[in-house]
Amino acid sequence: MPSRARSSRPERCLDTSRPEPRLSALYQELILDHYRRPRNKGVIDQPTHTMALNNPLCGDEIDLQLQMEDDVIKDVRFIGRGCSISQAAASMMTQIIKGKRLTDALAVADRMSAMMRGDESAAQDKTLGDLRALAGVAKFPIRIKCALLPWNALRDAVKP
Amino acid sequence: MLDTARIRADFPLLRQLENGHRLVYLDNAATTQKPEAVLGAIAEYYRTNNANVHRGAYALAVRATEAYEAARASVARFVNAWAPEGVVFTRGTTEAINLVAASYGRANVRAGDTVVVTAMDHHSNLVPWQILCEEKRATVTMVEITEDGRLDLSDFGRALERRPKIVAFPYVSNALGTVNPVAQLVRLAHAAGAVVVVDGAQSTPHLRVDVQALDCDFYALSGHKMLGPMGSGALVAKPALLDAMPPYHGGGEMISRVWDDHSTYNQIPHKFEAGTPNVEGAVGLAAAIAYLESVGLDRIAEHEVALARSAIERLSQLDGITLYGPREHRAGVVSFTYRDIHPHDLATIVDQDGICIRAGHHCAQPLMRRLNVAATARASFYLYNDRDDLDALAGSLVKAGALFGYVSA
Repeated sequence: MPSRARSSRPERCLDTSRPEPRLSALYQELILDHYRRPRNKGVIDQPTHTMALNNPLCGDEIDLQLQMEDDVIKDVRFIGRGCSISQAAASMMTQIIKGKRLTDALAVADRMSAMMRGDESAAQDKTLGDLRALAGVAKFPIRIKCALLPWNALRDAVKP
Repeated sequence: MLDTARIRADFPLLRQLENGHRLVYLDNAATTQKPEAVLGAIAEYYRTNNANVHRGAYALAVRATEAYEAARASVARFVNAWAPEGVVFTRGTTEAINLVAASYGRANVRAGDTVVVTAMDHHSNLVPWQILCEEKRATVTMVEITEDGRLDLSDFGRALERRPKIVAFPYVSNALGTVNPVAQLVRLAHAAGAVVVVDGAQSTPHLRVDVQALDCDFYALSGHKMLGPMGSGALVAKPALLDAMPPYHGGGEMISRVWDDHSTYNQIPHKFEAGTPNVEGAVGLAAAIAYLESVGLDRIAEHEVALARSAIERLSQLDGITLYGPREHRAGVVSFTYRDIHPHDLATIVDQDGICIRAGHHCAQPLMRRLNVAATARASFYLYNDRDDLDALAGSLVKAGALFGYVSA
């Protein structure tokens, strides 16, 4: 048995913890609802824009398809798998951007990113709709990439 | 069971609170925490013996060289290597396998040849062979696993019919905990004319390894998974094979004589250790080995097998848990999923209780595809874990179930 290292020194507990972010704020009913009953899940027959993104670190996958007419997102669908945050974010995103002009959809993307940076005013922004339920993710830094995955897919899909 | 309270007292990091809770570290298959003995050995090396090795003519450099070579001898003893010169220090298992692929592989694998790997290999024992075979226009053949996560021996036999040049597999699966029958697999592979590369990243820390008894040709290990520092590790090989292999990296230390347009090379193992080596890593690894031996590898293995058995029992009691991997012949690694709660969500939730588990594909994407999951949650144990840690995990999982509306907390 290894000897106790310097047992004469009093045992010290280092508390490196941050104030505990609230799990109930992270896993709200609305998020679980989108996770379990994703809106606009599926494929578009002849999409004008597509983008498949995955997060190599954790394996979350989003395959996004858009049907654009002029500058308007006529239809949007996704398939994917991953954590509740990434899949709920994708479901919420499709709800919000469907029927929007692309520039308006990208403006929502920017507000979403701002909310993930902890911007309180973005978290109050009505243009974010159900996405506001994801405001709690900002307190869990390693999960922010999950919430932004579908938005990054959108940005990449429409890149000229 | 081991006296975990006494062991934990040797690990400063385990005295921390995490999110206000006692830290429950269950990600030992990823990396392990370090005892004072290892931290002290590294500091002591820099305080008293630091100089460049195999170079200086002064006493300090001699001491540094002696410390480095003593560490090599210690690794050799620990796994019963063929000889100390059959131990090449590397950054870890990944570099050790890449060394074999780049040196032995390039020299011996030709167009049309086969390299055999398994569906339970870590990416580090798969991608180097893919790179080699792509370059050589050779084929990677993957051996399947059975339903319960063991190697499919009849498929292994079929793969050997291709007369592979190299057969590579893990001693212990990092994602399933499966302990492979290495000696038997080596015999079969040798009979088919292959050399055998064993990924020992998950076995060396947890059970008594005897490479001569296994009779494999190459054995790769990582220091950081066995209480040693990150960036330490070794390739253990039959000296005659190393001797015949071309160098891996060029530079100082690995040469004998250097002319304008060519060079001759140093003896093994130095031929494969270009540049100033990670001496602190070697010294820290030797201290880790001394610590593990003072506890006893057999007792550690027994402790972990008992913990894994308890973990499987505890988790099976929770409604909706799916466990992966075999019931028998397994190490202290338990992979699971819980209803429709994604492993990342599980890991975030139990982290709030100070519990560290791994969630993801465990660098084994081909395996995940066969299990038909994108990811699993994984708890992996070491000598400082005990049943209290399992209780904490089980309690926290109940909380996760409640958050997702399954059970009342």
